[in-house]
Amino acid sequence: MTTTSDAPANPTTPGPAVVAAVGGGTAPAPDADLAVHLLRLGDDALVLGQRLCQWITRAPTVEEDLALSNIALDLIGHARVLLDRAGRLDGTGRTEDDLAFTRPEREFTNALLTELPGGDFAVTVARQLAYTHYAVLYYEALAGCADAELAAFGARAAKEVAFHRLHADRWILRLGRGTPKSARRMRLGLERVWPYTGELFDEDDVMRRLAASGTVPSPAPLRPAWERRVTEVVARAGLTVPAPSWSARGGRDGLHTEEFGPLIAELQSVHRQFPGGTW
Amino acid sequence: MSASATPAASAEQDEALAHFDALIAEGGTIEPRDWMPDGYRRMLIRQIAQHAHSEIIGMQPEGAWLTRAPSLHRKSVLIAKVQDEAGHGLYLYSAAETLGVDRADLLDALHRGQQRASATFNHPALTWADTGAIAWLTDGAAVINQAPLCRTSYGPYARAMRRVCQEEAFHVRQGYDLMRALCEGTPEQKAMAQDAVNRWWLPAVALMFGPPDTAAGGADARTAAPGAAVSRRAMAWGIKRHTNDELRQRFVDQCVPQAERLGLTLPDRAIRWNEERGHYDFTPVDWDVYRQALGDETHWARQRIAHRRTAHEDGAWVREAAAAYAARADTAPEETA
Ligand SMILES: [Fe+2]
Ligand SMILES: [Fe+2]
Repeated sequence: MTTTSDAPANPTTPGPAVVAAVGGGTAPAPDADLAVHLLRLGDDALVLGQRLCQWITRAPTVEEDLALSNIALDLIGHARVLLDRAGRLDGTGRTEDDLAFTRPEREFTNALLTELPGGDFAVTVARQLAYTHYAVLYYEALAGCADAELAAFGARAAKEVAFHRLHADRWILRLGRGTPKSARRMRLGLERVWPYTGELFDEDDVMRRLAASGTVPSPAPLRPAWERRVTEVVARAGLTVPAPSWSARGGRDGLHTEEFGPLIAELQSVHRQFPGGTW
Repeated sequence: MSASATPAASAEQDEALAHFDALIAEGGTIEPRDWMPDGYRRMLIRQIAQHAHSEIIGMQPEGAWLTRAPSLHRKSVLIAKVQDEAGHGLYLYSAAETLGVDRADLLDALHRGQQRASATFNHPALTWADTGAIAWLTDGAAVINQAPLCRTSYGPYARAMRRVCQEEAFHVRQGYDLMRALCEGTPEQKAMAQDAVNRWWLPAVALMFGPPDTAAGGADARTAAPGAAVSRRAMAWGIKRHTNDELRQRFVDQCVPQAERLGLTLPDRAIRWNEERGHYDFTPVDWDVYRQALGDETHWARQRIAHRRTAHEDGAWVREAAAAYAARADTAPEETA
């Protein structure tokens, strides 16, 4: 059974079926699949960037305000590239801003990991650790794809996220091996986010078709490498990687946490207040 | 130590003072290891700390809009700007530390209300357009205020200011560009821009430059005297290069044509070109009106400090962990990762 109310989507909620419906029942054009996939990656970057923006002016030190804004800035940059491309591929001609500011929350397809609300600094470090180790691996794989535009983006993004990964690695070490209090909080942070990490590697029909056609790589095969790397870093911090008894899913299908609505409302508030506005 | 300890020490100090005065007189630079009068050191610490505090407190009004920026381009620009301000705070705290104070102590003084940030930021950023008005007007005022500080007599401060000024000039252009987009947008967008300018004009004109320090600046004897005395002293030491009122005039002269190009009205009916002076006239700053904004007894003055203090207290366990880890890492060879 799903044991905690943290899981917004339990295994009985419709999963990949929704995506199949979004992507079309019979194998849709590769462009449509790629648009779905890039939108997911873009939403991950956008929503995580949005969560990091909430730290700025509230971080433990001014240096961290600076570091977190630096990371947020890169993530918003990735979101812009990915949403722009998704909008060109899906045939709707929507711009990056159309996609970011006018979609209802059910149409966002970020992994739930990226939207988890607040928590203390350790929760943020834990999430950054999980995401950055995944994102470096995935963007490096993307850098090898045949699409020159995407490959170039993957190479650039992998380099940038490698810095974010270094930042996360350093913090988990400091917190894990700092004081008893920080070690306890870091352990709780890892436990909080770990059930949400599996979704990053999920593979559905869209992903399988894209991988089979060699359009873009699937994240699924990267999971063992990710496990190895995070386990190594977490161990150096004197902690252990949690083995959660459940795994959260739903984000890829637009089934979000209840805290996601306010996040999107905030993100879109000014844009929506001024219909026809130019910025 | 007392200056009259021994005749030899006293003679040595006279010589050091003469050397210092000569260096200042020829426009030279004072470095951290040079001898300097106590008053000079104290004035610098006070000014640099206030400046550093203003950079980090100044992150708040705009920082509040990071999550609501209406386009991804504007969001990126705003994140980069707030990040720059954090960097400015860091450069300036480092400059202050060369004078023998500790950043942690300066932050404590800010949190306890013993040191202040510019009262400009004790105004709320109520709409998205405020982020444009702040960047255009208050960063614009900052550039005019700070450009002469790139040549200030204390070396580390001057060098910090050179980096700060370059970035501030960029912020002003981006703020102006944000306002231009609003002014060229829907009537509702333009109204939002005008409203923001109505609220940020006076804080920029009055508070970014400090109290009137010349009779021409509209100061009566009561307010002019103390302001003028501080300015004179700061100018004699080469910390300050111009009076508050000179800089204020420069700011007004710069903004009026910009506002005209934007199609925005600056909220001062006395603004008019004065052919004789070669400057724009404007309503002299009524410092009494602003005394209230300078005090701590306003919602926003309290809010800005409370926000800082909360962040600081919430992060205490993180800083403690980092310090404990760093202390241990000195002896742990594996920590080169
Ligand atoms: Fe600044
Ligand atoms: Fe600035």
